[in-house]
Amino acid sequence: MEIQCKTSKEISGMGHPMKRKEDARFIQGHGRYIDDIKLPGMLYMDIVRSPYAYAKIKSINAEKALAIPGVLAVITGKDLEKYGLHWMPTIMSDTQMVLPTDTVMYQAQEVAAVIATERYIAADGADAVEVEYEPMKPIVDPHTSLDKDAPLLRPDKPGKTDNHIWHWEVGDREATDELFNKAEVTVKEQIYVPRIHVASIETCGCVADYDKIENKLTMFMTTQAPHAIRTVIALVAGHVGLTEEKIRVISPDIGGGFGGKVPVYPGYVIAIAVSFLVGKPVKWIEDRSENLQADSFARDYHMTCELAADKNGRIQGLRIKTLADHGYTDAAANPSKFPAGMYSIVTGSYDFQTAFTEMDAVYTNKPPGGVAYRCSFRVTEAVHAIERMVDRLALEVKKDPAELRMENFIKKEQFPYKSALGWEYDSGDYHAALKKAMDIIGYDELRKEQAEKRKEGKLMGIGISSFTEIVGAGPSRHFDILGLKMFDSCEIRVHPTGKAIARFGTKSQGQGHETTYAQIIAEELGIPAEHIQVEEGDTDTAPYGLGTYASRSTPVAGAAAAKAARKLRDKARKIAAYLMEVSEEDLEWEPGKFSVKGAPEKSKTIQEIVFAAYTNHPLGMEAGFEAVHYYDPPNLTFPFGSYICVVDIDNKTGEIKIRRFVAVDDCGNIINPMIVEGQIHGGLTQGLAPAMYEEFIYDEDGNLLNGTLMDYLVPTAVESPHWETDRTITPSPHHPIGAKGVGESPTVGAPPAIANAIVDALSHLGVTHLDIPITPFKVWKVLKEKGAAG
Amino acid sequence: MIAQSFDYESPGTIAEAISLLQKYGDEAKILSGGHSLIPMMKLRFARPGYVIDINNIPGLSYIKEEDGYLKIGALTRESEIEHSGLLKSKYPIFGDVSKLIADPSVRNMGTIGGNLAHGDAANDHPAAMLALRAEIVATGEGDQQRVIPIDEFFQGFFATALKPDEILTEIRIPIPPEGSGGAYHKLERKVGDYATAGVAVQLMLDYGVCTYIGIGLTNVSALPLRASRSEEILLGKTLTDDLINESAQYASEDCSPSTDLRGSEEYKRAMVKELLIRMVHRAMDRAVAE
Amino acid sequence: MSKKSITLKANGAEHNVIVEPRLLLVHLIREVLNLTGTHIGCDTSNCGACTILLNGKSVKSCTLFAVQANGKEITTIEGLAQGGQLHPLQEGFKECHGLQCGFCTPGMIMRSCELLANNPDPTEEEIRWGISGNLCRCTGYNNIVKAVQYAANKMKGEAVTA
Repeated sequence: MEIQCKTSKEISGMGHPMKRKEDARFIQGHGRYIDDIKLPGMLYMDIVRSPYAYAKIKSINAEKALAIPGVLAVITGKDLEKYGLHWMPTIMSDTQMVLPTDTVMYQAQEVAAVIATERYIAADGADAVEVEYEPMKPIVDPHTSLDKDAPLLRPDKPGKTDNHIWHWEVGDREATDELFNKAEVTVKEQIYVPRIHVASIETCGCVADYDKIENKLTMFMTTQAPHAIRTVIALVAGHVGLTEEKIRVISPDIGGGFGGKVPVYPGYVIAIAVSFLVGKPVKWIEDRSENLQADSFARDYHMTCELAADKNGRIQGLRIKTLADHGYTDAAANPSKFPAGMYSIVTGSYDFQTAFTEMDAVYTNKPPGGVAYRCSFRVTEAVHAIERMVDRLALEVKKDPAELRMENFIKKEQFPYKSALGWEYDSGDYHAALKKAMDIIGYDELRKEQAEKRKEGKLMGIGISSFTEIVGAGPSRHFDILGLKMFDSCEIRVHPTGKAIARFGTKSQGQGHETTYAQIIAEELGIPAEHIQVEEGDTDTAPYGLGTYASRSTPVAGAAAAKAARKLRDKARKIAAYLMEVSEEDLEWEPGKFSVKGAPEKSKTIQEIVFAAYTNHPLGMEAGFEAVHYYDPPNLTFPFGSYICVVDIDNKTGEIKIRRFVAVDDCGNIINPMIVEGQIHGGLTQGLAPAMYEEFIYDEDGNLLNGTLMDYLVPTAVESPHWETDRTITPSPHHPIGAKGVGESPTVGAPPAIANAIVDALSHLGVTHLDIPITPFKVWKVLKEKGAAG
Repeated sequence: MIAQSFDYESPGTIAEAISLLQKYGDEAKILSGGHSLIPMMKLRFARPGYVIDINNIPGLSYIKEEDGYLKIGALTRESEIEHSGLLKSKYPIFGDVSKLIADPSVRNMGTIGGNLAHGDAANDHPAAMLALRAEIVATGEGDQQRVIPIDEFFQGFFATALKPDEILTEIRIPIPPEGSGGAYHKLERKVGDYATAGVAVQLMLDYGVCTYIGIGLTNVSALPLRASRSEEILLGKTLTDDLINESAQYASEDCSPSTDLRGSEEYKRAMVKELLIRMVHRAMDRAVAE
Repeated sequence: MSKKSITLKANGAEHNVIVEPRLLLVHLIREVLNLTGTHIGCDTSNCGACTILLNGKSVKSCTLFAVQANGKEITTIEGLAQGGQLHPLQEGFKECHGLQCGFCTPGMIMRSCELLANNPDPTEEEIRWGISGNLCRCTGYNNIVKAVQYAANKMKGEAVTA
């Protein structure tokens, strides 16, 4: 779909495929990532981790470690306990150990920290710390977590008598049960979305730098949410004197976040504590193994899904019961009032009469987490459930899955649409997106080919996913994190010569904010994007915001940019009227200048106007040309798309070849089509990952069996197919520039398209579902069961 | 991930290297390509007190035909094997193997000698060497050379017939006569992975009759495995589909894979069977094309 | 454990340094030579973020000891642009949007350098296999393939388009 640009290429407002401003430093090795930061006198921290999933700590002997020249200290939970810093709160109002005083709750949990003058010596020190454990039988399978004889994992929590964390439900239980009782057709599947990890190529780390004389902490940290982190540090450590005005969080260039750099990990807190005590900078950088084994996981939902319909496949009701494995504490990164995130988007793109979903979260001896791996808070799990179930229904009623979707989609004219679980979808045209994807891939021809192939005994499958996302948290009446409302912000300062700096409460991790935010402002003010410097990540200079995750930067901070720029345009109009001695109503705006209606030769450029703001501003008006806006969105945005995947399967080895994958996305108005397309490519590969490769496997003792990149299978360029992308454009009616988020749509939409294609290839053998990741081994096993392994 | 401290030696001759091995005994490790050893050291699974880097010993990197043998120096890098014109034209099985080992940057360091001397049944060269009936040349004290038939080379879990004071210096392969062909393939979970199962086949056809056959298997037993029964049934016969099937069935029975993240024992046996069939066919095609 | 004196050329400049034998080449590059464009992404030589050229060949500098580079020449991302002119690969990555967070980019570019030196006209399939030891979590690889093709065309003197 063609994009209409209102600005010239020189201005490069919205719609221009502007090359990225941030690239110059990255392609020349001048990015500044956390491990590139080196401060005078800096110490290094390494962490001793538990080999057991559940054990009592009998003793920690640091003697040998401390005997190594250069090892300065070994910090244990008992040391932190003296300052009340051995536990910390989680976003979900649970508690998490910084360092344990008596019990370890998962394999690779932090047990002690070694501080040394050099990185290598710190590693030697960690190796030399002797810890004596008394291992206990862990809870690994969440299904056994609520058994009567299960050990109580959190006796530290007053009044806790079992391992149940919370129950959450939404929808009309009675009406849904009644509908299912009467329904002509019902289908049911157990669907597991496995525990996975974001595995950004840069791991996490920090340099905590406490200056004893200034009494100021500067915290360099790989964080997606620097401002919220500053407040959290103040809340946790205010009692020892670290109050918020004395804390500066700096998030430097980030080597990929994907949700994994939202939480506060124990290592950060220990580094701060040590720096505070010794008055020197302390660097802590995770190894990849530590990153995979201990940092927040994603997903891990066991879902029992049911769909009710009439005999023609007209969808009526949805019922889902989920068991969520949270590890030993609920450290999920969700808005505080949403323990299951936005899972209630699970009715998807379909017009349901009624729906009900409930969830129980339990403790196990696994690492905590529940971050949104490139997804807006549990949307991936929800979309996987609904898109798999729609295919399951199509199979049941013997209807083509494309046709069944077309018949059940919410119609274009139904928007804004109130979903059965309470969301108000802003805009959509689901039929158009699917139609476009079908046309591009040649859907009807593929179905014919598939029929021919089946006659020859060959396995080929076509899978569709028509997802609806929910991003841009969010309206402050519903969305907060620890009480902090989920607005976001932009501050624009235009210098006298017409060049600007804009600062935001968000933090790019590769999304290209330095370019796209500049384009939004260029669109609104007509100042060339090239001349707008974008800065994020320094809490001393940027306005407060909740950060970048859940595809919220464009919907929230992008809107703030437009709003702040419009405040400036209003001021510019006043100045222009003053300069040209006409009334404001007589002025016409086109990007970059105001001209007098009917006398276009009489005009003032934005640069002239800004100069006047500093040199010749009207009496009574404040000098300068600055604005700030804190944007509180009226609603979320609902990007959508239709993906179609074609697979060929080797019936002897189970190997799966993705022949084609077409993605049609709709994220409303587009700021930079090059960047949007790049976001989609990346998200698709991160959707492919859990669909066919990535999953954490634990043995019965709670040992993680694939905690390195040798066995945790991040796809390479060989596994990743050549993605084909296209778009439809359905603007968001409530967003100032009509945009929606996009970075996460493909991660959310791709897994069911791939799973549906593979199941489709095997459906004539009686296969109705396979859990992701679907590996050749899994396919071979099912072929063997069905007597179809070649 | 930092290795424990060690002393580093970089001998310029084999004799010097051998004397260092004798001096430091069990505490020493030879560093060739280093892409098995160094990760083990970083994870502190391996903690040698001495690392003897043999990369500065000249004359250990070559690929040549001489005296009826294809000879490959132990320090020949995987990338050199992958791109060698001689191997590409006459021994395509080497290209099959090299291309599937790790990735191009690792192959710039990894050596064929190291791949074999590591004694890991998950490595890819051993199966091909079994199929080709290679000989391993070990050099010991006083530059004494000892030739070890490949069938005697692999002795246990990460253990080979090399003596503590010997270094693997050359691989020799009897030049296959005209009408020969070989092929290797492994199933892997993603590119660069160790094999779920791998099969190497080298054969010779004389008017359709199989006059030489060698079959080696990767990562489906504690040691790199020769599929002897599978070879026997094919030797001297015209290779029909039934016969190849039967041969493949034997291999799937004779290997002893274990269930792990890569799949179940049953799956691996089935994959050995399927790969063997495919590799025999590919080797036959190449033998005819020769 | 005795330290070793080594001499190496980095991006054309001669260095003589005394190092612990266990010092990884990547740490020599980053911490001693202060060339922080070379990154570390894993412990097991899987991710390729630390890829540099050693005597013109791409290697993973996290899986070599610095002493192994004695007497050799290394090139890192900082040494690629010549006379203020970006290398065609650097240009290609920018023009084709072949990077997002930028963390894998230096390794990806250094690996592609050798790829194009060996094969000036690679197919998409050859590029994909050629960079299979370098993980990228952001781009989905489509545009990295395009960037390498762009550079290949530019180096052949052909017209280039993003």
